[in-house]
Amino acid sequence: MSTNSTTWSAAAGEPRAIVDLIHEWVTTVDHKRLGLLYIAYALVFLIVGGIEATVLRLQLIRPHNNLVSPQVFNRMFTMHGTTMIFFVVMPMLFGFANYLIPLMIGARDMAFPRLNAFSFWVTAFGGLLLYFSLVGANGLYGAGNAPDVGWFAYAPLTSQTFSLGHSTDFWILALLVSGFGSIGTAINILATILCMRCPGMSLGKMPLFAWLYLVTAALVVLAISPLTAAQIMLLVDRYLGGHFFDTQAGGSAVIWMHFFWIFGHPEVYVLVLPAFAFASEIIPVFSRKPIFGYSVMVAATVAIGFISMSVWAHHMFTVGMGAGANTFFVLSTMAIAVPTGIKIFNWLATMWGGKIEFKTPMLFCVGFLFQFLIAGLTGIMLSCAPFDWQLGNSYFVVAHFHYVIVGGILFTTFAAMYYWFPKMTGRMYSERLGQLHFWLFLIGFHLTFDFMHIPGLLGMPRRIYTYEPGRGWDSWNLIVTVGVFFQAAAILVLFVNLLWSYSRGAHAGGDPWDAWTLEWSVPSPPPTYNFASIPTIRSRRPLWDLKHLDDPDWMYEGTR
Amino acid sequence: MRTSSYDGWYRGSARGLFVLCCSGEVFALPWQSLSPTNIFAPASKPADSIYGVSLFVLAVTGAIFAIVFSLLVYTVVRFRKKTDDRSEPPQVYGSTQVEVAWTVVPILIVVALFMATVRVIADTQKVVRPDNGLEVVAVGHQFWWEYRYPGLGIVTANELHVPVSDTGRPTPTFVTLLSADTDHSFWVPRLAGKTDLIPNHPNRMWIDPRETGLFLGQCAQYCGTQHAKMLLRVYVQTRDDFEHWVEAQKQTPRPTSVPSEGQRIFESTACINCHSVAGTAANGRFGPDLTHLMSRDTIAAGVAANTDENLRRWIRNPDTVKPGALMPAMQLNEQELDAVTAYLETLR
Repeated sequence: MSTNSTTWSAAAGEPRAIVDLIHEWVTTVDHKRLGLLYIAYALVFLIVGGIEATVLRLQLIRPHNNLVSPQVFNRMFTMHGTTMIFFVVMPMLFGFANYLIPLMIGARDMAFPRLNAFSFWVTAFGGLLLYFSLVGANGLYGAGNAPDVGWFAYAPLTSQTFSLGHSTDFWILALLVSGFGSIGTAINILATILCMRCPGMSLGKMPLFAWLYLVTAALVVLAISPLTAAQIMLLVDRYLGGHFFDTQAGGSAVIWMHFFWIFGHPEVYVLVLPAFAFASEIIPVFSRKPIFGYSVMVAATVAIGFISMSVWAHHMFTVGMGAGANTFFVLSTMAIAVPTGIKIFNWLATMWGGKIEFKTPMLFCVGFLFQFLIAGLTGIMLSCAPFDWQLGNSYFVVAHFHYVIVGGILFTTFAAMYYWFPKMTGRMYSERLGQLHFWLFLIGFHLTFDFMHIPGLLGMPRRIYTYEPGRGWDSWNLIVTVGVFFQAAAILVLFVNLLWSYSRGAHAGGDPWDAWTLEWSVPSPPPTYNFASIPTIRSRRPLWDLKHLDDPDWMYEGTR
Repeated sequence: MRTSSYDGWYRGSARGLFVLCCSGEVFALPWQSLSPTNIFAPASKPADSIYGVSLFVLAVTGAIFAIVFSLLVYTVVRFRKKTDDRSEPPQVYGSTQVEVAWTVVPILIVVALFMATVRVIADTQKVVRPDNGLEVVAVGHQFWWEYRYPGLGIVTANELHVPVSDTGRPTPTFVTLLSADTDHSFWVPRLAGKTDLIPNHPNRMWIDPRETGLFLGQCAQYCGTQHAKMLLRVYVQTRDDFEHWVEAQKQTPRPTSVPSEGQRIFESTACINCHSVAGTAANGRFGPDLTHLMSRDTIAAGVAANTDENLRRWIRNPDTVKPGALMPAMQLNEQELDAVTAYLETLR
C-alpha cells in the first residue's frame, strides 16, 4: 500500500492519517479492535433490520393497507429475520466475547488472533453477500431481487421450481459463509477459555460471563454445523440435481425442518446465554453483592446447553409428527424451563438484600428480568403441544420470540453497551440520555410486543402482508405499529449518546463502577497488551479481594 | 347444551384445577365477539380440548407470573440504594436449601403441565374415524384450497361444507391433508388447531363441530407470494342442509346443444388447461373446479364476494384482486369478458 510516508513520520501529537488508521483496523488481530468491529458491524445492521421491521409494521397498520406489494413485504420479513439473527445479534454477542473474555480471564489476546480476524471478515462478507442480492439476484425475468422464502426457508419453497433467479442462492451463501465465521469464533472462544486463564483461575473461579460463553461456543459448534450441512444440501438440490428436499422427486420437506431447527433452537440459546452472561456480571455489581448460587448458575447453564439440543422439534408440533414424538418434545421443552427458572430466581436472590443502584445498565437488566419472565411463561404455553396447535405460526409466536430477542437479548445488550462503554472508550456515557433511551425503548417495546400477542390469540397468522377487516385485529395492529416509533426514537437517542460521549464524555478511569472482575483492573481503554503483568487470582472477584484486604472472597468461596 | 360436549372428554378423569379450567367454557361467550377466529371461542371438539388445557396452562403460568412479578417488584423497591449510603451490604454467596426449593417446585409444576398436555395429545391424535364420519381430502395449492369428498364423488374449492355433529349421533369430519406444491397449514381456530399440508407427507386432522355456521380461518404456513389471501371458509350445516348441498354438487350440468359464446371462448382459450367443468371439454386440474362455481359465496379463496362485478374484474386481471395469484390475465376484450362471465354464471 502506497501510504504517505511523510504522514507516517509526522511529529507526535498529530493525528494519524485516515488511510493509516483504516489500514490498522482492517489488518488488526487485536481482540479488542475485532470486538469493536463486530459491535460496529452489528449496529449498522441493527439500523438496516430496524428499517425493514418499520416497513413491515407500517404495511400492517390497518387492514388492506397498500404501502408495499406482497412481494416486497415477503422480502422484507425474510431480510429482517435473517439480518437480525445472523448479522445483528450474533456479531454483537461475538463482539462482546472478543473484547471481554481475554480481559476477564487475565489473558493478553484470544487463543488464535488470526483466526479471529478471519472469522470477523468472513462474517462481514456474509452480510454483504446477503445484501448484494438486492443488485445481484435478479437473474431471470420475474425473479425477485432479495430472498423471500422466510428466515427458516422451508422446503420446497426454496427449490428452483418456486424460487426463481438467485435470491435464495445469496441467502444460502450468506449463511454458509457467516456460519464458517461463527464456527471459527466459537472454536477460538473455547480454546481461549479452556487454555488461557491466568494463574489461580480454575474453572470454578471464572467469572460467570466466561462460563456462559463457554457453553455458548460449544452450542455454536454443534448447532451451526447442521445448518451448514443443510445449506450445502440445498445448493446441491438447486444446482446439482440432488433430491434431498425435492418433494416432487421423493425428497422430504420435513427433513429440512429437522435440519433447520436442530440448528434453530440451540441457536436461541446461543443468543440468550450471552444475554445471561451480561446480566450475571451487571446485576451483582449494581446490587453490590456477589452472584447468588454461582455453582448452581453454572450447573443450570450446562443443563440448558444439553437440554437445548433436544427440543428442536417443538417448532414442528403442527407438521404431523405423531403423538409419540410430540410427547417427547413437550417434555424436553418443558424441562428446559427448570434451569432457566433457576437462573431468574438466582438473579432475584442476588438483588435481594443488596443496595441496588439504578444506573442505565441496571435499568436495562431489571427490564430484562421482567420481560424474560413473561417470555419464559409464554414459552411454557407454546411448549404445550395442543396449545401450540392454536398458537404456532400466529402472531402470538412472533410476540413470544420478540419478547425473548428484544425484551431479553437486546435489553441486556444495551445494558452491556452502557456498562462496558467506559472501558472500551475511556469515557462515561451520558446517564441522562441513557435513561431517556431506556424509558423510550421500554414504552415502545411494551406497546409493540405486549399487544402483538392478542391478534395471535384472535387467529392472525404470521407472514401475511395484509389482513381482512372484521377479524378484530385492526386496533391491536395499530397499537403495535405505534410502538415502533418509540423504539426508533430510543435507538436514535442511543446513537446520539454513543457518538456524543465518545468525544465529549467525562473521563471514566479504569474502574468507574467499583466492580470486581479483571477487566476493571486495567486502564480504559486497555492497552494493546491488556495486562502489564499477568495477574494471579484467588477468588471469583479478584478486585473485591484487592479492595477488601481484611475480608477477601477467597476466605468464604471454598464452601460454596 | 354447551357443557354436554365435554361428556366423556374430561369428565371421567379431570379433577381439581383442571375441572375448574374446563368449566371455564362459560367465559367463552363474551370472548367470542372479539373475533370470528378467536381461539378462546371453540365450537368443535379438538378446539374444545385445546381450550381446556390452555386455560389450565394459563392458570399455572398466571400464578407463577403473579408470584415472581411481585417478588421482583418488591426486591426492586425494597432494596434500592439510599443516596448517602456508601457501605457494602452483607455478602451472601448462596443457599443450598433455597436452591433445592426452587429447583424441586418447578419440576413438580412441569410434571403437572406435562400430564395435562399428554392427555390432550392422545385424545386428539389417537382418534380413528367412526363409520358415520365424513371423509374429506383437502389439497393445498398456491393460493387456494381444493376439497374432495371421496365417498360422495364431489370436488369443490375454497368453501368446505360439513354436517354439524350432535352428541347423540356424532358425525365428525376427518380431513386428509395433502399439498400440490409448497407447505400450507389448515387453521380454523374455532374448530381445531392447525395442521400443516406438506407435499409428499400426508397428514390427518378431524373436527366435530357442535354449532352450525360459517367458520373462518386462513393458511398458517408461509407458502409464497399470496399466503395472506389464502382464506379458509368452513360451512357447518344442519344434516338436511348438508344433504341438499351434496345433492346439488352431485348434479352434472346438462350439456347444451349449442354452446354459448362464453363457453366457446372458455373452451378455446387457456382456461381449460387449469379449470374443470364437469360434462364439458374443460378438465384442467391446476386451478379450482368450476362445475358449481355459482354455488360458492366467494371467489379467489375467500378474497372477494362471488358477484358479477368481482367475477369480471377477476377474469380481466386476477392481479388487481390478488397480486401474485397464479392465474394469468387472458387479455380478453370487453365483449369476450361479458360472454365468459355470463357463461360462468350459468355454472350453478
